[in-house]
Amino acid sequence: MTRHTLSVLVEDKPGVLTRVASLFARRAFNINSLAVGPTEVPGISRMTVVVDADGDLIEQVTKQLNKLINVIKIVELTPESSVQRDHILVKVRADAATRLQVTQAADLFRASVVDVSTDSVVIEATGHPEKLTALLSVLEPFGIREIVQSGTLAVGRGSRSMSDRALRSA
Amino acid sequence: MSKGSPISPSLMATKSAGAPKAPERADRTADHAAVVADLAAVSPVLGPNTVVPPTVMSGSQAIVRSLEELGVDDIFGLPGGAILPTYDPLMASSMNHVLVRHEQGAGHAAQGYAMVTGRVGVCIATSGPGATNLVTAIMDAHMDSVPLVAITGQVSSSVIGTDAFQEADIVGITMPITKHSFLVTDPNDIPHVMAEAFHLASTGRPGPVLVDVAKDAQVGQMTFSWPPKVDLPGYRPVTRGHNKQVREAAKLIAAASKPVLYVGGGVVKAHASAELMALAEATGAPVVTTLMAKGAFPDSHPQHMGMPGMHGTVSAVTALQQSDLLITLGARFDDRVTGVLKSFAPHAKIIHADIDPAEISKNRTADVPIVGSVKEIIPELTEAVRTQFEAVGTPDTTTWWAFLNNLKETYPLGWTEPEDGLSAPQRVIERIGALTGPEGVYVAGVGQHQMWAAQFIKYERPHAWLNSGGAGTMGYAVPAAMGAKVGNPDRVVWAIDGDGCFQMTNQELATCAINKIPIKVAVINNSSLGMVRQWQTLFYEGRYSNTDLNTGHDTVRIPDFVKLADAYGCASFRCERDEDIDATIQKALEINDRPVVIDFVVSPNSMVWPMVPAGVSNDQIQFARNMTPDWEEED
Repeated sequence: MTRHTLSVLVEDKPGVLTRVASLFARRAFNINSLAVGPTEVPGISRMTVVVDADGDLIEQVTKQLNKLINVIKIVELTPESSVQRDHILVKVRADAATRLQVTQAADLFRASVVDVSTDSVVIEATGHPEKLTALLSVLEPFGIREIVQSGTLAVGRGSRSMSDRALRSA
Repeated sequence: MSKGSPISPSLMATKSAGAPKAPERADRTADHAAVVADLAAVSPVLGPNTVVPPTVMSGSQAIVRSLEELGVDDIFGLPGGAILPTYDPLMASSMNHVLVRHEQGAGHAAQGYAMVTGRVGVCIATSGPGATNLVTAIMDAHMDSVPLVAITGQVSSSVIGTDAFQEADIVGITMPITKHSFLVTDPNDIPHVMAEAFHLASTGRPGPVLVDVAKDAQVGQMTFSWPPKVDLPGYRPVTRGHNKQVREAAKLIAAASKPVLYVGGGVVKAHASAELMALAEATGAPVVTTLMAKGAFPDSHPQHMGMPGMHGTVSAVTALQQSDLLITLGARFDDRVTGVLKSFAPHAKIIHADIDPAEISKNRTADVPIVGSVKEIIPELTEAVRTQFEAVGTPDTTTWWAFLNNLKETYPLGWTEPEDGLSAPQRVIERIGALTGPEGVYVAGVGQHQMWAAQFIKYERPHAWLNSGGAGTMGYAVPAAMGAKVGNPDRVVWAIDGDGCFQMTNQELATCAINKIPIKVAVINNSSLGMVRQWQTLFYEGRYSNTDLNTGHDTVRIPDFVKLADAYGCASFRCERDEDIDATIQKALEINDRPVVIDFVVSPNSMVWPMVPAGVSNDQIQFARNMTPDWEEED
């Protein structure tokens, strides 16, 4: 199974997230992550969906998504042609003895400490999912208390905007 | 520059072909411009687009007015609390509202109406259980691509989400079984939502659209004007096939020695039978029509091989299995047609034309995908085929035809007489078709009688055969026949029903009797859930678990269908002997002032043949029990 990142422009209407999510459930497609937010165009939201699927299946996924009336446009973003980032908040055990080691590890990943207490710190990091996995493996020995991770966000490289064309043809 | 690959329906379709290069983005915009130009010529708002200046009215008046402006003549429904406000202005409307006895009946009636007229069927129900009673019909319309608009009342927006009395999240419940759905909480949204619902239901691949209107949106005041603006930026159905793909298809047809036209219900929905005839005669290829396409091509035509699939003819099933090219038109490689998919038509290349890009290469990968309406694609393909034949010569299909004609003669449809002395159900159905003729409309329930009605009635025109194909909804026949009769009042409409199916929705006989909708119902009464019983005979050593219904010969006859029909104000007859079949049918044909119900008492032991048992290749087709054609002899 290969991983695909789909950037989906949708009308910002009630129930659109449910429609997308239930489509994946009903057709037994596997969502790896899903992130939703507003775009530069009022009334249009973007969903970034990461899917594990082989060639024929990803084609079926996009065709079925395209059938949803509220879906305006779908673009598959390849790793080479796009910037892809996850955001993570990790609560790590860190007392006086280990705090320095933990913050140094965070520094190495250009992550920052956003909360400190007597026995823990919260580290915030942004990066490609692989980088975040590496960060987690370094923090793991100290004791990870909680992980909160966003869905992948992705944007195509270069000056072109996905919504230009979508709106022109809309 | 973004290098992300655009994914559009037309592009995805081309992508899978591999060979022809996908059109680039610019191309798609051009395609789209063409569609937009078409739409500009024809307004997306159905109906005459009469200009109505802004007028203040209530939301419920706006619902009724929108339906009128959209050109609706007939509605099937049943009122209740949350839709009450809308039923008040409906009383003053010129539209004909048929009060059903169960909302499921309203849904199927709207389907039957849509299937015979090609127009959008409309049903109305109240919130909660009223709406959920529509669910089966909505799902049925979704599976069979029937243009349907279902309007439901919803509790007031202020109490949505509080588990109010008769509250159900019908938008959520029907989400996977509708083409689209709307929840209206602002009365000002009513005109454009209604126009959008009808546009969505009737264009592209047709399907059911739900409009759920909160009670306060019905009661509230709004300003009505017409035509409204249809704003559906994400909905751009492609109707014109890609020229290059059409030419590729023509090349494959010219190179094929064993072509088959695999015709599905899309050809009926697109009203493309005349176009299909021209293509069939230009190519000289054999034609198979699926269960949903019966009548799209005349049964009597020499090129017609019959119906493919689990209970298809040996000639149709074998034509597909041995073909080297399937010219697939508005069909979707349903499992009931393909049998075990990986062994289906193993030597065939696939041309697949469909208006829904998601059907192309869903089950079987297409060599030449063509996205668009078969109404536009077929004439272009015919033209391209003629040009191609002129250029490279007409392919020689003599051997292919000799093989198929031999099959057709050796394995015609037929039946064996039951050994219990009771009538053969196949004979009853065959006689109904013969005495009524091809101008009649035949609506089946689901089960053995459905298959026999598909096999033994001769269909010569489209929109004459209605059934629940994808969903397999028992109980479809009576209400759908009622809707068909409202849509086609001058045609004889038969519901060919089973004794099991009939007991699911026969309360609509009251609707038919009171509203003077004189349908004819033939209950093919084998006193059992016949198709299930057939499988128990074949695959469960004759252990008849829960399939005996006690309605037939030598049983307690509960209910007595003759008495039941009589109670509903219908003419009713019982026919138990072969020699009475014709006379009984004739009597039914002569009665046109009320519905007729005939209890045809038939043998429970008759089985549907041919049959491809579940889970095996179509090559294992049996034309009678444990009898498989001898391929060696044929080859």
